[in-house]
Amino acid sequence: MAHAAHTAHDAGKYYIPHGSKWPIVGSVSLFTMMLGAAALLNGVNIAPYIFWGGFLAVLYMFYGWFGTVIGENQAGLYNEGVDKSFRMGMMWFIFSEVMFFGAFFGALYYARQLSVPWLGGEGSKFLTNMFLWKEYDPAWPTNGPAAVGGAFETIPAFGLPAINTAILLTSGVTITIAHHALKAGNRTVLKIFLALTFLLGFLFVGLQAEEYMHAYHELNLTLGSGVYGSTFFMLTGFHGLHVTLGAIMLVVIWLRVMKGHFTPQHHFAFEGVAWYWHFVDVVWLGLFIFVYWL
Amino acid sequence: MPKKMVRRALAATAVIGLSLLGSNPAMAAWTLNLREGVTELSREIYGLHMLILWVCVAIAVAVFSVMIYSIATFRKSKGAVPATFDHSTGAEVTWTIIPVVILVAMAIPAARTLVKIEDASGSELTVKVTGYQWKWQYDYVDHGVAFFSTLSSRHNEARQVDSGVDVRQVDDYLLDVDNPLVVPVGKKVRVLVTAADVIHNWWVPDFGLKKDAIPGYINELWFRAEKVGTYRGQCAELCGRDHGFMPVVVRVVEQAQFDTWIAGQQAARQAAAAPAAQAAATVAPIAIETPALRVAAAE
Amino acid sequence: MSETNQTHPDVLSRTHHDVEVAAQGHHDDHGPARGIARWLTTTNHKDIGTMYLVFSLVMFLIGGAMALVIRAELFMPGMQLVDPQFFNTMTTVHALIMVFGAVMPATVGLGNWMIPLQIGAPDMALPRMNNFSFWLLVAAFSLLILSLFMPGGGPAAGWTLYPPLVLQTGDAFPLAIFAIHLAGASSIMGAINIIVTIMNLRAPGMSLLKMPMFVWTWLITAYLLIAVMPVFAGAVTMLLTDHFFGTTFFAASGGGDPVLYQHIFWFFGHPEVYIMILPAFGIVSEIIPTFSRKRLFGYDAMVYATASIAFLSFIVWAHHMFTVGMPLAGEMFFMLSTMLIAVPTGVKVFNWTATMWKGSLTFETPMLFALAFLFLFTIGGFSGLMMAIAPVDFQYHDTYFIVAHFHYVLVPGAVFAIMAAVYYWMPKWTGHMYDERLARIHFWMSAIFVNVLFFPQHFLGLAGMPRRIPDYSTQFADWNMVSSIGAFGFGLSQLLFVYIVWKTARGGVKATAEVWTDARPQGLEWTVPSPAPYHTFDEAPLVK
Ligand code: HEA
Ligand code: HEA
Ligand code: CUA
Ligand SMILES: [Cu+2]
Repeated sequence: MAHAAHTAHDAGKYYIPHGSKWPIVGSVSLFTMMLGAAALLNGVNIAPYIFWGGFLAVLYMFYGWFGTVIGENQAGLYNEGVDKSFRMGMMWFIFSEVMFFGAFFGALYYARQLSVPWLGGEGSKFLTNMFLWKEYDPAWPTNGPAAVGGAFETIPAFGLPAINTAILLTSGVTITIAHHALKAGNRTVLKIFLALTFLLGFLFVGLQAEEYMHAYHELNLTLGSGVYGSTFFMLTGFHGLHVTLGAIMLVVIWLRVMKGHFTPQHHFAFEGVAWYWHFVDVVWLGLFIFVYWL
Repeated sequence: MPKKMVRRALAATAVIGLSLLGSNPAMAAWTLNLREGVTELSREIYGLHMLILWVCVAIAVAVFSVMIYSIATFRKSKGAVPATFDHSTGAEVTWTIIPVVILVAMAIPAARTLVKIEDASGSELTVKVTGYQWKWQYDYVDHGVAFFSTLSSRHNEARQVDSGVDVRQVDDYLLDVDNPLVVPVGKKVRVLVTAADVIHNWWVPDFGLKKDAIPGYINELWFRAEKVGTYRGQCAELCGRDHGFMPVVVRVVEQAQFDTWIAGQQAARQAAAAPAAQAAATVAPIAIETPALRVAAAE
Repeated sequence: MSETNQTHPDVLSRTHHDVEVAAQGHHDDHGPARGIARWLTTTNHKDIGTMYLVFSLVMFLIGGAMALVIRAELFMPGMQLVDPQFFNTMTTVHALIMVFGAVMPATVGLGNWMIPLQIGAPDMALPRMNNFSFWLLVAAFSLLILSLFMPGGGPAAGWTLYPPLVLQTGDAFPLAIFAIHLAGASSIMGAINIIVTIMNLRAPGMSLLKMPMFVWTWLITAYLLIAVMPVFAGAVTMLLTDHFFGTTFFAASGGGDPVLYQHIFWFFGHPEVYIMILPAFGIVSEIIPTFSRKRLFGYDAMVYATASIAFLSFIVWAHHMFTVGMPLAGEMFFMLSTMLIAVPTGVKVFNWTATMWKGSLTFETPMLFALAFLFLFTIGGFSGLMMAIAPVDFQYHDTYFIVAHFHYVLVPGAVFAIMAAVYYWMPKWTGHMYDERLARIHFWMSAIFVNVLFFPQHFLGLAGMPRRIPDYSTQFADWNMVSSIGAFGFGLSQLLFVYIVWKTARGGVKATAEVWTDARPQGLEWTVPSPAPYHTFDEAPLVK
């Protein structure tokens, strides 16, 4: 086997790590966390302890696992091949994320193009409206023929959302500048623009939270506001979650930069996170156009 | 074991062939095949079914006999020496084209029937069918007559675990209801299916069609029964605990009989106390939803 | 096994030194660690492959036991044994366990064992994640099994989890959903690992079109997995929010549609069924050439056929939904696209036949199972094609005709192929030949009983017996009894399989490196000794 001790010196070999406790730690903690989450939803009283216990264990796992990987990397155990594997892995992981969002965009499309018009008596389903929902005339946004959740207003695209778009796009630029700086070996620019990037990220999340407050308190726009509220909050919510994770990853990368990690040639972790950041960026554009604007 | 192989394959094809004999509807047990049914659509569907079945049998016979021949002939034990060829563009193109042709030939009649099935226009009677956990509601929307149809109590007792009843002695076990749907023979009946709680599926095999009953939506199907009689089907979409116990029973009667029957129903309705409320209550497709109630009242 | 380098979780203060220490700790790493730690912490593709296979066998027994509950209740008309609700739970969990716990993990296990051996790689590309994938699966199924004991009973809305019915599930609901999330994550990571391994770790000289068919089918399967598993995760997430957080994706009252769920589910669900069969195709494409002593006929065509099946699988999903009341154009499109799949699949069947043509056949157990696959999968394919004809599917839908169809493609299809693979490669894994005599008995019992079990279900379906019912009209009595007898026969045969595997693992006639010596099997896996050493292809072989 590409034996650890040898590999360190023999760059030709593909590094195969030896036994690791992190996978089993990971699955036990995820099991605990999910069990806790289920218990929470079922209103079991000790549930919070199980859930948060599992959650902390998951954090510990990530911390330790990535710590190990970073250590091996710093030790120069990874050759080109390993680097390539990481790249491919990250690419396909991001692809799977795209498909996940695809499901929700698909739901949005279906609701707007098919189910709502049908309920409104359009197309092949006019009887549905005639017999079940006489009063309902379909228009997007809608909370459905039963006006689930009561009347609500929506968030205009060219208020906060537009600002948020600007913020994310800018962060896309700043991270690219940071990347070029890294390649050019200009660490100061790198540090500044990387920091700028995650600050913009957190700013975005903050404004998003602000927007949710507004929606819930002033506009009566909630998860329960029919299919509009459902698609709106699930899409923007999962996106916000991804931005948060991305920003945290950027912070880790930044701390590593401060530690002096990464060379102009070798900085996969940086690039991986950058790709991820561009991905959340693109998803947002989709959201801005199809959820807020059109 | 190749002999056994041969026997098994032959047996399999034989059984498929046999299934054609099953088309006799009288034959209850050991039934093998789809029934022809009593509507134009059900017969067309039956025809398509036999056609595609035969196509498959034919291809199966062809493909399987080549396989069996190879298994029987090219055996090491018979001193067969392996050939070295590993492709033949000609052959590969052929067995790509031929299936395409077969499929296109299949698709044409299928498409034609599909179009016919989806055309419910010109119907002479409309019945709204609403699935509930676990019963059906039949609503003659043009006559203001509506009632529930539930598994008949005798069967319901018989089907309980350790009921002590030998269900073989219960005729049409699980396929009998208290109030069947009644429709006139030879008339194009349009059925509007929906549901009150979860998805159900209204199915009468002899009419050839089944359609999902989806809460909050209306689906359409139509049939024109050509023979007087009683036709039995079942709910065909898992709808919870008693999904197996909400049969569909349709009595097809002469127009005259139907008229007297429906008149009787209407009379009974008048007689009944607080008719309005009652009608609303029974006709309401989804008790909680007001617009529906309004429709009901309107009728 | 030392964890030195894991015991310094401080990301930022990690120094070169820590890792050197770690590395030192591993001069004994040529062999597995002792005891349970080996299995908990392993990063070795052979260990992990073995764990997947054992896990899959256990799940097969549990899922099968549930199937036997079903068949026992259906043995006679009238309710004899269980409550209808529990019957529905058995149906639901039987399917979930067989699909996600038995068949998929089995093919992943085979992939783990064989892909590195077949492409001359030292291991899987991301070994730690590989182990994570496996243990996540264990976590997932612990949750699912746990859900059976919740107040209100286990999930009982069918493996398709259609709303609104599934929203009536009791406390089991969130457990089942999260089980699916974890199983999905496991599959996605497993798929990524396989893609990266194949794309990045092939031995020099092994171009894509030189890869063994099993590697090819798994590569394409992995793409399918990455594409559809997240969609399934999304679908069940919407179920969760509809149930607990007041969303109305699947409720008309709010402008949603129960049928929307079915579209999303089947966009995953149909590719899912090919995820179960493509690796089986690969296995059969390895075994038939070997025991025909002839190269696989039309290798390139096989690759392209697999790819087109995968592509088509994305545009046929609504053939599961012909009765939901789609617009005519939709029904038409999905009928035609579905029929098309018969073409590439046909190419495969014909190529396998042509591989045997003018070959020199012998009939060791792997070949027997492969041949049974050839006949019986094709029968299942035909019934599938019949159901593709939308107007006729209005009669077939949700009857036992469907049940017969998918068990033909799944049991004598996927499962037989997996068993063929086990017999074919087990000597390589264990270094022992299995007991050929017992194995043949196992084959003949399985092959005969599986037909007794599932063939009559065609008749039941055509006669009008709906699926997912615990009790039925007396006209269906006879064939149900036959089917149940077949089920118990088949089940018992599988206990024999368990015994054979166990016996082979413990000992037996030593296997040579080539194992099937006089068939001269092709492929790198036969160039390493049997049993395959703990670490293989440390030095990449050269493929010319
Ligand atoms: C391994 C799994 C697997 C495989 C491979 C298939 C293969 C196919 N399936 Fe099946 N299917 C399932 C698993 C599978 N299926 C499951 C689990 C369900 C039920 C889900 C549920 O509801 O719970 C299902 C349900 C299902 C339905 C829905 C029925 C209904 O609910 O109403 C349909 C409808 O079209 C269908 C069609 C097909 C077709 C056309 C193929 C084709 O791929 C078959 C192609 C193969 C052949 C045709 C034979 C070989 C070809 C030749 C010899 C060439 C010449 C032939 C001709 C030209 C005819 N399947
Ligand atoms: C790969 C998938 C797969 C496999 C391998 C099987 C295998 C089997 N299936 Fe299943 N089945 C499905 C996938 C599968 N099934 C799916 C997707 C459904 C649809 C579910 C739904 O409608 O939602 C279904 C539904 C289904 C039904 C319809 C239920 C209903 O509609 O209500 C039936 C009924 O006969 C059935 C039977 C069987 C049988 C007898 C086997 C046999 O092959 C099993 C053989 C194995 C054994 C019998 C195990 C051997 C072990 C012992 C005998 C001893 C047990 C001991 C211990 C556990 C310690 N299955
Ligand atoms: Cu109603 Cu099934
Ligand atoms: Cu399908």
